[in-house]
Amino acid sequence: MHMADALLSPAVGGAMWAASAGAIAYCSAKVSKELDDRKVPLMGVLGAFLFAAQMINFTIPATGSSGHLGGGLLLTILLGPYAAFLTIASVLVVQALFFADGGLLALGCNIFNLGIFPAFIAYPLIYRPLAGRNPSSTKVAIASMAAAIAGLQLGAFSVVLETTISGISALPFTAFVAMMQPIHLGIGIVEGIVTAIIVGFVHKARPDIFTARDKGKASIMKSIIPGFLVLALITGGFISWFASEHPDGLEWSIQKVTGKEAVEGSKDGIHAALSGIQGKLAFLPDYNFKKPEGEKGKVSRLGTSLSGIAGALITLGLAVLVGFILRKRQQLAARKPHAHEHAHPHAHDHEHPHRHGGVEHSHGHDHKHSHPHPHVHDHSKPHPEDPNPRHTHEAEVAVHSHEHEDEHGSHDHKH
Amino acid sequence: MSHHIVELKELRHIYPDGTVALDGVTFTITHGESVGIIGANGAGKSTLLLHLNGYLVPTSGEISIGHTPITKETLPEIRRTVGLVFQDPDDQLFMPTVFDDVAFGPFNLGLSGAAVEERVTSALAKVDAGHLREKPPYHLSGGEKKRVAIATVLSMEPDILVMDEPTNGLDPFARRQLMGLMKEFHHTKIFTSHDLDMVMELCDRVIVLGHGRVRADGAPAEIFSNQQLLTECRLEKPLSMQGCPVCGK
Amino acid sequence: MASIDGAILDFKRLDLLASGDTGLHRLDARAKVLVTAVFVLLVISHDRYELSALFPFFIFPAAMIAAGNLPFSYIARKILLLCPFVIVVGIFNPLIDRTIMLQAGPLAISGGWLSFFSIIIRSILTVGSAFILLALTGFPGVCQALEQLGMPRPFAVQLLFLYRYIFVLTEEGGRAARARQLRSCGNKGMGIKSFGTLIGHLLLRTWQRAERVHIAMLSRGFDGSFHSGRRSSFGRRELFFVAGWSLVLIFMRTTNLTQIIGSIVTGRLN
Repeated sequence: MHMADALLSPAVGGAMWAASAGAIAYCSAKVSKELDDRKVPLMGVLGAFLFAAQMINFTIPATGSSGHLGGGLLLTILLGPYAAFLTIASVLVVQALFFADGGLLALGCNIFNLGIFPAFIAYPLIYRPLAGRNPSSTKVAIASMAAAIAGLQLGAFSVVLETTISGISALPFTAFVAMMQPIHLGIGIVEGIVTAIIVGFVHKARPDIFTARDKGKASIMKSIIPGFLVLALITGGFISWFASEHPDGLEWSIQKVTGKEAVEGSKDGIHAALSGIQGKLAFLPDYNFKKPEGEKGKVSRLGTSLSGIAGALITLGLAVLVGFILRKRQQLAARKPHAHEHAHPHAHDHEHPHRHGGVEHSHGHDHKHSHPHPHVHDHSKPHPEDPNPRHTHEAEVAVHSHEHEDEHGSHDHKH
Repeated sequence: MSHHIVELKELRHIYPDGTVALDGVTFTITHGESVGIIGANGAGKSTLLLHLNGYLVPTSGEISIGHTPITKETLPEIRRTVGLVFQDPDDQLFMPTVFDDVAFGPFNLGLSGAAVEERVTSALAKVDAGHLREKPPYHLSGGEKKRVAIATVLSMEPDILVMDEPTNGLDPFARRQLMGLMKEFHHTKIFTSHDLDMVMELCDRVIVLGHGRVRADGAPAEIFSNQQLLTECRLEKPLSMQGCPVCGK
Repeated sequence: MASIDGAILDFKRLDLLASGDTGLHRLDARAKVLVTAVFVLLVISHDRYELSALFPFFIFPAAMIAAGNLPFSYIARKILLLCPFVIVVGIFNPLIDRTIMLQAGPLAISGGWLSFFSIIIRSILTVGSAFILLALTGFPGVCQALEQLGMPRPFAVQLLFLYRYIFVLTEEGGRAARARQLRSCGNKGMGIKSFGTLIGHLLLRTWQRAERVHIAMLSRGFDGSFHSGRRSSFGRRELFFVAGWSLVLIFMRTTNLTQIIGSIVTGRLN
């Protein structure tokens, strides 16, 4: 349920970025004020844990499909809201970069949807009151379930809002809500069960983890949320205003959302065509290659689309060509530093005899010299199928420098 | 050079759950000694090591490094003096690159950029890892990780090197290489290990722990020939002292 | 759990791309972060039905992939595997928005299809730019740039720690999952109960690891603050890069190059 750049308008994306950045700054200040430096590695390693845990799938009972842990609530139960929020946000940053889950602008939305709700609403307002101070396993189960469902419902609703307000998707608000909320009810129930099992397990094995921090902070939470929302609204408003100062499609798409009739109206062809073309005109005011609507409109549109398709193909071709030329230049340029790159393995050649000689002679294990590959680097095993045969030599030296060193090293011994 | 002396007096440590990990440990290690601490799993070795740099506070008893008792005030100095190398280098290497990791300690000592640079270069050179400088730790092999982990401690220029299971999980070549490096470190060395051959080769003194107490303390040859002691402490003779499997001698 | 192993390998491969040594790799990370931000913002600022004007933006990823010596097919494959959510949401557009907006000969194209393809192109561009940024800069580089651009220190530290231990923990998780699978006698999938216990164990080990890492930090004089000796400079090259690309991108945003080129070719300059 990651939000994606492709569905976002700059105003919504920017607003959510601002809200999430604000929340990160606030939580960072809070966490460093707590002065518990144990938390520094703990948050990092738990983030990595969540990342790993999300890779492991389980079977969802009665459906046969598989799911994975979301983990927002679990982290909050373990770390408290501030540290957990930062940890969740950091995991989302890694996912945005490595898996491009959604993209970079959508990161703001995702951090908000998946971080704020479990950490600052579901946990303090639902989990803690329900679980109480010394929770029994039934209490933990009920509390986790309720909190997980609430957190995911809010998150899903937030995705719907962000998508509809952005106006890139044509899905009407009601239909989208009707689609998202039930799905996330299911996800929430599963998340609740899994969270309860894990919390119960940890509770039995390491009760000290939970007794370590035990301060209710729910009252502060209530004042934070409105703060972030205001921040988001201000930024969103500012960006919309800024965008509307400039004649582009943004203006139109926002108008379209605020005036809902326009969306409804789009059912009858002419309206939509008109507003669509209006959008295009407003957005490219200086180019009137579109004939006014009416009888000639169709012809003109045919022409526009033809030239559009031709232009698209050509620009795409140009992009590829530019890429191709740059690549060639890159390879030519790489040939020069090539000699330089080669200097590295040679430099190691000089080191190796020293190392081998020094270590070995002092122990008198001379027979070991015949060992063909002194080091075994498990990670540098050549890939069974090299997915990129176009790897230049330079890149290989950089990436697999171990292998080269070792080869050179053993060559030395043979001489 | 009295500041390399490690003194433990009646050291006791009881964990919050009531486990008695150390039950009155007393010994003195003097400058330049190379001491192996051996014992069964759960004998208290790791707990002991964590006392040496003040991470764990003894329940009772005294511990002093170079005649300085470990207190909150002396802790920074103690931690600079005693370099602790962990069993799993993944616990020790937490920074993005080898350089950052080796520089972590010197920066915390408040050194300037140039001085840090010098420390890093020399520490990496000592463990023969200069070429790994810009690599991220997860792209290193086991042996490389271990050497870099040692460099992260050497860069703080400790007087006493404490290592937990240094040869654990290394291939024979990397193990040899590491032992060669350790021989070159001429300060006080303390290690725990189950690699009794390494202890035999590197240590001039062996302390046997059992159930949180010192069961024996002496020269390796003497300890390893006491069969009864070894059996009681779930140990055995180093392979190099056992008979040849072919000729039986 | 071949899928986990595959994911880890893939992750490492992407990570290793950042160790390339081209002019783009050497550029200060801030420059690349800024240009990527401009790029993403400009791409998504297009109107919902805009398709043709998006094409010129391919010049940016194409140039970066080429000059950065990145494996094109690998990145392309990664991009195409992505965003099922986008497609799921986007596919409703043709169903809902059926008004004809373009007539290409006998082919009538509805607004829904236009916006659907627009969403796909946006997705390729934005997702691609994220991968390219990572491949040219590396995760620590991106973190450092964000920190220099105002990201709070604790969060930067958090990101670096997370990144470091992802490699350790995904492998640990993969091993645990494999061990379970090898004893599951061919039963596919994992019950929720055994999943909970497996993850619980992983969590406990993780917690202990965090405690050990903390000891390791303390024994090297950690006092709660991080020092860094890394310096990078935002010089003339960086300025040129940011200004140059921003100008090009803004020009492409304000001028529909596709239409102009298309018009020239089809002889329909009005």
